[in-house]
Amino acid sequence: MATAAAPIATEPLVVERHRGFWQRWYRTPSFVAGLVIIGIMVTMAALAPVIAPYNPNHQDLTQLLQGPSSKHWLGTDNLGRDVWSRMLYAARVDLQVAFLAVCFPFIIGTVLGCISGFYGGWADVGVMRFVDVVVAFPFYVLIIAMVFVLGPGTRNIYIAITLVGWVSYARILRGEILVAKRQEYVLAARGAGFSDARIVMRHLLPNVITQAIVFAMSDIVLDLLAIVTLGYLGLGIQPPTADWGTMIADGEQFLTTHWQLSTFPGVAVVIVGLGLSLLGDGLADLLRPE
Amino acid sequence: MSEPLLEVRDLSVDIVLSRGTIHAVDGVSFALEAGAAMGLVGESGCGKSMTLRGILGLLPRTGRITGGQVLFEGKDLVKGGQRGLREVRGGGISIIFQEPMTALNPVMRVGDQIAEGPRHHLGWSRSQSRARALELMRMVGIPDPERRMRAYPHELSGGLRQRVMIAIALSSEPKLILCDEPTTALDVTIQDQILKLLLGLRRDLGVAIVFVTHDLAVIAQTCETLAVMYAGRVVETGRVEQMFREPHHPYTLGLLRSVPDFDAVRDSLEAIPGMPPDLASTFSACRFAPRCQFAQDDCLAGEVDLHEIDGGRTVACLHDDACAAAASADPVIARV
Amino acid sequence: MDLLSYTLRRLLQAVPVVIGVTVLVFFMIHLVPGDPARTMLGTHADPARIAALHKEWGLDQPLWVQYKDFMSRLLHGNLGDSLYYQESAGTLIMGRLPATIWLLAYSTILSIVIAVPLAALAASKKDAARDQVVRAVPMIGLGFPPFWLGIMLLLLVALHSGGFFPVGGYGNGFTGHLQAMFLPSLTIALGISPILIRSLRASLLNVLESDYIMTARSKGISERRVMYRHALRNGVISTVTVLGINLAFLVGATVVIEQVFAVPGIGQLMLNSIFQRDFPIVQGVTLVFAIMVVVIYLAADVVHAMLDPRVRFD
Repeated sequence: MATAAAPIATEPLVVERHRGFWQRWYRTPSFVAGLVIIGIMVTMAALAPVIAPYNPNHQDLTQLLQGPSSKHWLGTDNLGRDVWSRMLYAARVDLQVAFLAVCFPFIIGTVLGCISGFYGGWADVGVMRFVDVVVAFPFYVLIIAMVFVLGPGTRNIYIAITLVGWVSYARILRGEILVAKRQEYVLAARGAGFSDARIVMRHLLPNVITQAIVFAMSDIVLDLLAIVTLGYLGLGIQPPTADWGTMIADGEQFLTTHWQLSTFPGVAVVIVGLGLSLLGDGLADLLRPE
Repeated sequence: MSEPLLEVRDLSVDIVLSRGTIHAVDGVSFALEAGAAMGLVGESGCGKSMTLRGILGLLPRTGRITGGQVLFEGKDLVKGGQRGLREVRGGGISIIFQEPMTALNPVMRVGDQIAEGPRHHLGWSRSQSRARALELMRMVGIPDPERRMRAYPHELSGGLRQRVMIAIALSSEPKLILCDEPTTALDVTIQDQILKLLLGLRRDLGVAIVFVTHDLAVIAQTCETLAVMYAGRVVETGRVEQMFREPHHPYTLGLLRSVPDFDAVRDSLEAIPGMPPDLASTFSACRFAPRCQFAQDDCLAGEVDLHEIDGGRTVACLHDDACAAAASADPVIARV
Repeated sequence: MDLLSYTLRRLLQAVPVVIGVTVLVFFMIHLVPGDPARTMLGTHADPARIAALHKEWGLDQPLWVQYKDFMSRLLHGNLGDSLYYQESAGTLIMGRLPATIWLLAYSTILSIVIAVPLAALAASKKDAARDQVVRAVPMIGLGFPPFWLGIMLLLLVALHSGGFFPVGGYGNGFTGHLQAMFLPSLTIALGISPILIRSLRASLLNVLESDYIMTARSKGISERRVMYRHALRNGVISTVTVLGINLAFLVGATVVIEQVFAVPGIGQLMLNSIFQRDFPIVQGVTLVFAIMVVVIYLAADVVHAMLDPRVRFD
């Protein structure tokens, strides 16, 4: 009996879903649109040192608060810095931090969620109670408080986001695993005597991770917004490094005369958000079992 | 003879799915006199529920009427649009669904649900509607109606819920009640009670009934006339006793032979071999031919339409005589 | 079980969370790298002051003693004294609280007013033009930084409204508050509406396929009544939970929005205190925020139970 079950159990049942993915991705409009938008943004950000016409921190005091012109495509700010160059470098920093910042909560949340869902009992209760407490704090408040306590700067942004952001992943994974562990292929694997870790890693995880991945798309947007907001408040990426948030803050005093200074960085964030939303929706459609 | 209360002519309903369009109802016709009771019988998926829903225009979002007429008291409901349908619903025609748990609004008290028709469709005052609701609850046999009015659906048993549904169906004094398998989801003992209730109400109020079911025994108890549906079409109509004694369509014969008998004990139950066809496909032959013991070459030549035979019956079969003969030789029911 | 006992039960369940919250808030001070007192007062501060602060905060005591003192002070309503203002943190916070509560209530109402009709409109005809438009809104809207949206609203509306919508502040009197808080509340409402619309639309689409909607229609009542009395009444049930989660998020957004619109609430207090390194205020405000969130979740659960009688019979 055990030997008969074993061959079935060793074949992860992930094949059907993902095979469809590689064939269908280019026919899903939202996915493609999102990929294009993000692709463009990321490429421009990566190539910033190459394509930016000026050094983002170079202050030309003869060219303060200029409007858009052929020399400065988006004009200059109150310190004579070229806005377009700053936008490119800000993209670089903000996108990098946002994409990276989503990874740590993802990993930690996934691990804790798996433990919680798979083992149940005290582990589950403990993790979930902890989740309840963390969730009781509004996201921004906790981030700001963390940054306050730890001090501003990029490294602490990662720490703050990680400490606060893992809960969503833990909940998602736990929920998925609670359902999935009752499926037949898991019972078969257990019957075949596979170790818990192997069952979780090879059999459960590939099937349940899709929800977390889709959520991660919207989480990147959330993190980006948090980074930009912290920048606006002066608690995030520190000047003189260009960041969309600080750019908006700097431009706020000139709202009536030079509204473009605060507007363009925001538009950039919206575009990235749109791209990621499309990507996330497209991904959700693709990864849904047919 | 006066005009029939309800006349369905060549009604067709399509359901548009991603995998194709399903012709759930494909040219169904029948007629019903005022106060009469007609059964609509067939296996799951034959289109009987969709026919009822099509009559009242209560199709799912993906469904649409693609042809035919539904004449109620002479007026065509298909052409009448939403306005015409709303007028007829409740006061002219009402409907009872199979599963009372899902057919009742879970967050609304049952008394309010019963009173809603009179209040918002007939425009009665709140006290009048409430009085009517109480009266109806008594009529359908719900004990302690004053208290039960304030209950939510999940607080009631299956049988009580179905009685509430019947009360709702009666609330605006309809002339015709469409019953979509109202007893199928209930316990056997409750089934009997509900059936008796429906029969009694019909007798007392004189409403006409269309009774959809897959259970022939229920038809025998409740209806005078019968229409048998297969694969989206009507294949035979007629009076119940005639059809049970001498069915002219092979499918009807097959149905009769596949159910536990009413009077005598049969040696064996005969299931009809094969499966019903996929309604997304188009047909160029008699739809029942693949499963039919009387099928000949001419059955494969094209679709077979209903034609009249004597006794006011219709049948859609080229070899109905052979079938009737076989039925007489080995009757399912000696007397009804 | 009736509503009252359900509420009490949820209240009791909230107690451990509140305790956990206080523990976390208490630990904030210990997350500070290095010596918290020195960090707060600055490295060049007078050593005597640092020592005094050590004493006041009991930093030389064992951890559990510190927590015990912290809790006993808390239960007496003492959140510590501001390092910057010469007042107790509690008084300061209470003074600023009304503005924030106004902002939250106003935002909630506006978000419901925006989301419900739009979701109903979209769900009534799935995939039609109006559905596509309504679905596009969350797509774009989710990427809007709330504070930037506020600035844009300031730019486009306030500055051209000739003072009808002031560029900042709280306003005087009830109508004054309504006017002054409109734009900041709208900003927040627009921030969470996309998620509400999405959730409610999905819920409605689900509900509209139900049998009881067919039953309702079979009574011949108007389509409008079907939508509002039957579909929405059921559809909002699951959205209440989503609203609760979003409100909790919203509470945090007030910190930033108060800054943009210069609303004198506890969010602005918190930010100022951060720059002034006024630790007790930051700690106190964080605690208050968390309590507000717990209350909001509790309220969402109770409203959910009010709307859905099946839930109470647990």
